[in-house]
Amino acid sequence: MELKPGSRWRSAVCDTEVVLVRPPSAAASLECGGQPMAPHGAERPAGLAVSADHAGGSLMGKRYVDAESGLEALCTKPGAGSLSLDGRPLTMKEAKKLPSSD
Amino acid sequence: MHTALLLEMAADAFPDRAALGARDAAVSFAELQARARAGAAWLASLGEGSVVWLGLNGPALPAAVFASGALGRPFAPLNYRSPDEDLRKLAARTAPSVAIADDDMLPRISGIPGVVAVARSAFEAACLDPAHRAAEPPGADPDIAVLLFTSGTTGEPKAAVLRHRHLAAYVISTVEFMGAEEGEAALVSVPPYHIAGVSAVLTGLYGGRRVVHLPAFTPEAWVETSAREEITHAMLVPTMLGRVLDVLEARGEGLPHLQSLSYGGGRMPTSVIERALRLLPHVNFVNAYGLTETSSTISVLGPKDHRVAIASDDPDVRRRLGSVGRPLPGLELEIRGPAGEVLGPGEVGEVHVRGEQVAGEYLGRSLLDADGWFPTKDQGWLDAEGYLFVEGRLDDVIVRGGENISPGEIEDVLRAHPQVADVAVVGAPDDQWGERVAAFVVARGEAPTPEALSDWVRERLRSTKTPESYDFREDLPYNETGKLLRRVLKQELAARASTSGAAA
Repeated sequence: MELKPGSRWRSAVCDTEVVLVRPPSAAASLECGGQPMAPHGAERPAGLAVSADHAGGSLMGKRYVDAESGLEALCTKPGAGSLSLDGRPLTMKEAKKLPSSD
Repeated sequence: MHTALLLEMAADAFPDRAALGARDAAVSFAELQARARAGAAWLASLGEGSVVWLGLNGPALPAAVFASGALGRPFAPLNYRSPDEDLRKLAARTAPSVAIADDDMLPRISGIPGVVAVARSAFEAACLDPAHRAAEPPGADPDIAVLLFTSGTTGEPKAAVLRHRHLAAYVISTVEFMGAEEGEAALVSVPPYHIAGVSAVLTGLYGGRRVVHLPAFTPEAWVETSAREEITHAMLVPTMLGRVLDVLEARGEGLPHLQSLSYGGGRMPTSVIERALRLLPHVNFVNAYGLTETSSTISVLGPKDHRVAIASDDPDVRRRLGSVGRPLPGLELEIRGPAGEVLGPGEVGEVHVRGEQVAGEYLGRSLLDADGWFPTKDQGWLDAEGYLFVEGRLDDVIVRGGENISPGEIEDVLRAHPQVADVAVVGAPDDQWGERVAAFVVARGEAPTPEALSDWVRERLRSTKTPESYDFREDLPYNETGKLLRRVLKQELAARASTSGAAA
């Protein structure tokens, strides 16, 4: 899977969609609900379900990061599965909400 | 990352949400996306190169911004207030290009070699045309998103280059995607050729806040539109804020829907912000500092900072009302001395900044150093808590007998005088000192005497900072985005010096 900045991915097991903000330092597999994510336009494969170990869910508008590889992904549609990279759970970036300035 | 992706994401997530325009006739995100794609297909059929915008604010502006983005072409808004001769010179610099001009401005930009001029009404019609909406616009690699001609207060305008990655980094790192509450609306009244006019479109839409455009700013229209459209968020330059406060005071009105008001783009007189806090106690004030070359805001003084500062008896805390707050997280900011050395708290030098949103580039020339730092040419200092105080442009510093004197500091002191409504301090040519300090004063009521003003400054600053001449004026020369045109005043002094020299 080519994790380029600006590329869009959808979960194979739930409604989650993400946009890749920052690529990982080395090739890796981006997953949601325990299953590799598919390119944005792809059909959702049948018969797969959210794994119990990756069922924390994703939240709209939040950014998720993997400290080890530097990957950052932005959730553009929330879902029941949680995000991981090569099995490592991504952590939500607790960004302080900045006051609107424009 | 591409700015067109920002709209695509929003349109996918919330196709029916109100994106633009009046409450009762709002354009949805899906509709804006459809217009931008149709506009792109149409523009591509007209010619190649940049997409020039010569016109007022309105719903067609975001469509044009995203249409040029989708085509991978630079969006180049021009200042419609420029005299025709300057405007045509600038337009010629954009060739090859397609120029969208307000219908009544079209003749001003027609007949320039390499510039295909089209009417805004034709662009608007194309955005709604089913044939264009069905077309798949040609894709393109993201490169230059925006070309902004700087206001050129000191000379020939330069074309600042903002690439998609700079603007996208700014938006994504400072705004939460669709984080706005239902019903929030932002009023954009800065002109399209100002960086804040461009960034407001991007951050407003990405945040999910309905963007309402004021075609052109007048304080009356701003107040009326705010009330009618139940505006919750807005940005003003300092001169605009002062005029809005005048209208509110005269009409005895408040702005009950307004939650947040940010200001920037020039030095805010403390007297104006104190008055704003008094007249609009329910509003969160945000002071934003940024430059065209940094994709807008790099430092903010937030609502809490304002309240703490104004309520404090500690002079160090209170003076933060005159600061631009602290740098955005994820950006690095340093104050450096003339030899490039990094200065400590309280030491005045040039503001340097580094980060993903920092473009620091003019067409054909990057100003970033080898390590990616951008020298802003702004003079400033950080206090012990990291609050940034910007004193003005380095070019405006007065050099008197080898001493560097910042006009901003003297202006602040003079503006606090009860009989001073507005003031500008510039360097005047001086045979003995190289430059001397000259003040232009707009009196409030009865004009103060020069002696009284000099005493006032001397009590508060060093004697070398005391102006040696005073000119009393009805008003001072500002451009329409609130930048003081010091050049005009300096030219006047220089002309006077050469005339008196000739006479003597």
